[in-house]
Amino acid sequence: MRILVAVKRVVDYNVRIRVRADGTGVDTAGVKMSMNPFDEIATEQAVRLKEAGVATEVVAVSIGEAKAQDTIRTALAMGADRGIHVAADASLEPLAVAKVLSALARRECPGLILLGKQAIDDDANQTAQMLAALLGWGQGTFASQLNIEDGTARVVREIDGGLETLSLKLPCVVSADLRLNEPRYASLPNIMKAKSKPIDALTLGELGVDATPRLDVLAIEAPAPRQAGQILGSVAELVEKLKTEAKVI
Amino acid sequence: MRTLVLAEHDNLELKAQTLNAVTCALALGRVDVLVAGADCQAVADAAASIQGVDKVLLADAIHLKHPLAEDVAPPLVQLAVDYDALLAPATTSGKNVMPRVAALLDVQQISDICAVVDADTFKRPIYAGNAIATVRSLGAKKVITVRATAFDSAPIGSQRAPIETIEAPPPANVSTFVSAELTQSNRPELSCAGVVISGGRGMGSGESFALLEAVADQLGGAVGASRAAVDAGFAPNDTQVGQTGKVVAPELYIAVGISGAIQHLAGMIESRVIVAINSDPDAPIFRVADYGLVADLFDVLPELAQELEQ
Repeated sequence: MRILVAVKRVVDYNVRIRVRADGTGVDTAGVKMSMNPFDEIATEQAVRLKEAGVATEVVAVSIGEAKAQDTIRTALAMGADRGIHVAADASLEPLAVAKVLSALARRECPGLILLGKQAIDDDANQTAQMLAALLGWGQGTFASQLNIEDGTARVVREIDGGLETLSLKLPCVVSADLRLNEPRYASLPNIMKAKSKPIDALTLGELGVDATPRLDVLAIEAPAPRQAGQILGSVAELVEKLKTEAKVI
Repeated sequence: MRTLVLAEHDNLELKAQTLNAVTCALALGRVDVLVAGADCQAVADAAASIQGVDKVLLADAIHLKHPLAEDVAPPLVQLAVDYDALLAPATTSGKNVMPRVAALLDVQQISDICAVVDADTFKRPIYAGNAIATVRSLGAKKVITVRATAFDSAPIGSQRAPIETIEAPPPANVSTFVSAELTQSNRPELSCAGVVISGGRGMGSGESFALLEAVADQLGGAVGASRAAVDAGFAPNDTQVGQTGKVVAPELYIAVGISGAIQHLAGMIESRVIVAINSDPDAPIFRVADYGLVADLFDVLPELAQELEQ
């Protein structure tokens, strides 16, 4: 079985982002970029399935500017076998991304497609669900456990109020939540080895995807700041303030 | 403009977030509600009494008992022809179903909106709430998930909107529900509670969460946790408050032993009053708190529970 894993290049999760004063966006010049943390978890899961003998090949896909190839190299260093880079504008919308991935799925015929549940830049949480819809496949979103057996994927999902277990026919789409696994750090030898692994280059036109934006981003602004309040001296004072000043208890 | 809101429910009760989504939908136009489930007449009755709702559509079928996206999306897609916008609260269920609906309709969904600017323009948080994007939909049809905490609850009235039964498309047969493990608790649900008290890494252990529970019991509140506390195994996954967990906006949020990582702030910054209890005076949580106590939580929590009891 082949696994396709989708990885996105985003502003590193440790970076405190700066919103441009003119409302045109978030400053990414000179900012550290990394693989979306949820995609790292998806990649780790794909590699573990290969190591367990469930999968035979792991293909890492990234869609975006040339630099997206760095993110593919990270996946290759973690253990993916080869990469596919689809050249596109970095701000491609989730629907367009899902269309690209579904076109690739028709070429590559994977048994499983793994993605992170959301990217930490646009926080959209859409691509996996849209991809499953376009392919007519089952979807196991927000997965915290994944087992493949007898042509089905057993997925434990994190839902409001607890956990839910689903059984999905293969092929299917699974999106990774935080606790699916703890991604490995790529070792130096594996980083070196990744440099010689192949990355195919494709364009949106070759895949027949029309990525015309459906949304117009009018402004990106910093949220209204919250003022720091008072440091109090005692529990009694706190209870008094909550009762008489804030009137919340 | 006509809108359709997907009701969140468990076949027995209508979930509160549906009421917030209805308020949001009313800002766009007329509102119908879809209840998709099995043996869920009671939910349809509850939805019919929400003020402002024109009509309730009830798709009652055994294969809709568990809200599998593969089976809930088709009735929405079928109904979409009559509506300008389809909305659902941004719960794990709404987040699971709506993008599937959007893709089948060839619509770019707008996720987790926190404000309606006009019929085509919405605000939504990005980068864990560190930026707010204003986006305008260029297409005629809209699929939207709603951040429930950003909209008031639509009131329940004494009137009753008509309930219309609709035929659900047959099951997709690509996925099957196996089981669910739901947390049993007498406390209010985290995302709708008026008071939330959350513990972080500073709690040191799962056992010490009993100290938070004692305070929560006095205030009728819910207990949450930071990602660090969940990662350390102190608290269950579904109690996590933050960018990737639950978003809460209670009247009172008490953060105990929580440093205040961006990731956590994203889930609670809209709370009306924030209290921080932390032994580290430099903890970033104090920069957003209305009231702070720089003290040992193991001293403060029992004292707070006692003080509240009096």
